[in-house]
Amino acid sequence: MAMRKRGASFRLVVDPVRCDGYGHCHELAPELVTLDEWGYPIITANASPGNDRELMRSAQLAVRGCPRMALVIERISPQ
Amino acid sequence: MSLHRVLTGAPRSTPATYREHIAQFGELPRTLDITKELLSSGLTGHGGAAFPTGKKVELLKNQRHGVQFLVVNAMEGEPASIKDRVLLSTNPHLVIDGAVALANTLDADQVIVCVPRDRPKLAAIVQRAIDERPTRARRDARIELQTPPGRYVAGEESALVHWLNDKETLPQYRPTRPAILTIGRSATLVDNAETCAHVALIARYGAEWFRQVGTTHRPGTTVVTVSGAAKPAVTEVPYGTPIIDIIRECGVINDPQAFLLAGFGGVWIDGAEAHRGFDDDSLRPIKATTGAGIVVALPLNACGIRETARIVRWMAGESARQCGPCAFGLPALADDLELLASGRRAEQTLSRLQSRASVIEGRGACRHPDGVVRLVRSALEVFATDVVRHANGNPCLHAQSTVVHVPVTQREEELEWQ
Repeated sequence: MAMRKRGASFRLVVDPVRCDGYGHCHELAPELVTLDEWGYPIITANASPGNDRELMRSAQLAVRGCPRMALVIERISPQ
Repeated sequence: MSLHRVLTGAPRSTPATYREHIAQFGELPRTLDITKELLSSGLTGHGGAAFPTGKKVELLKNQRHGVQFLVVNAMEGEPASIKDRVLLSTNPHLVIDGAVALANTLDADQVIVCVPRDRPKLAAIVQRAIDERPTRARRDARIELQTPPGRYVAGEESALVHWLNDKETLPQYRPTRPAILTIGRSATLVDNAETCAHVALIARYGAEWFRQVGTTHRPGTTVVTVSGAAKPAVTEVPYGTPIIDIIRECGVINDPQAFLLAGFGGVWIDGAEAHRGFDDDSLRPIKATTGAGIVVALPLNACGIRETARIVRWMAGESARQCGPCAFGLPALADDLELLASGRRAEQTLSRLQSRASVIEGRGACRHPDGVVRLVRSALEVFATDVVRHANGNPCLHAQSTVVHVPVTQREEELEWQ
């Protein structure tokens, strides 16, 4: 319930088939995305806009900046 | 020890004809809906994931556009498995009966049996069986044979359905699970060939009969392929039969040092676990599953790390190369394992291997890379003493002999996906 009051949780999700490892997401949202040794993104944290507008803004930048349109922001359904 | 249900009549030199099949099992009852029977039978899929078949049927029954296609998955791309081949070469009509019973239950119009195109003899057996069946009743589904390319991931259900849709055997990214697969707009049920054969028996003899053998949580029998220390052989046993009994039956005489269970994406377990029952409840404490009914027995004179390196190298070659972590990560894991087995720079290699395994896990569209990671981790655990020896710079004593049957990796330009 507490979760819901603060607003739904969101996270950044990569479609691994679309992703070609351009790495723009890491440039645009370094606090959310690191790259593995082959240059493919690893999502490091959840973006919950309820408590962090900055994170959400970064996530949106990463989504818009991906040349392969491989990123989406997904709502985490409350368990 | 062995109990032949779906393999009744095996071994036989030619597949059972329709007439022989009816004489053996009787006619398929014309029940229209066997969902309840499937649910209470406790039958789970025999393709590896062990999802309850009844639940899968129930899930698809509630689809808005209805189910039109019933796909029988006999791709068996797993090199350590021959059970679906043996089953189809013994009782092809039993597999088809099960598919027809499922199609009737879901009111699907079409059954598609998928056999890899590099097994033309098997495809011919299935085609002959289809042609041999009596003219169908008006309600019955049409049955057809399809022959997708015989790649490892081609049998992954989303890749199989992708091929049936667009003639490309590439796994699809499914963010939500369980995902409903579709051909065109119609929901599609994909079931392993052996699963269908068990369905055919449940449709005839009922859930109670089915539960007479096996364990409470995993009733019934399973067809197991045993290889490694002996020539590949198939047997059908009740779930819960001790692994040691299964391998003895298949001609493994000496006690193996370890077993590879479930398949190339499965796990190694120590030879001392041979008394364990072959069912998921008995195997869970050691993080193993029965998978597609596979036991590879590793004899004492083989190196587990080396064998794992060979398997991982092949699995890397079988990646569809759609996802970076799989396309680049799996060859890197194979490199590390080969270095480790050779005893050169092994100490750094070991820590790099472990961190790479963690980085790759869960980042593919399908579970192909996860299976490899699971295999690598179990190898490091079960062959821990070999790992230490190799890490101290001692190469493997058994570097020359290899045991696990690993197919030859095709060169990239020869890979066939369409």
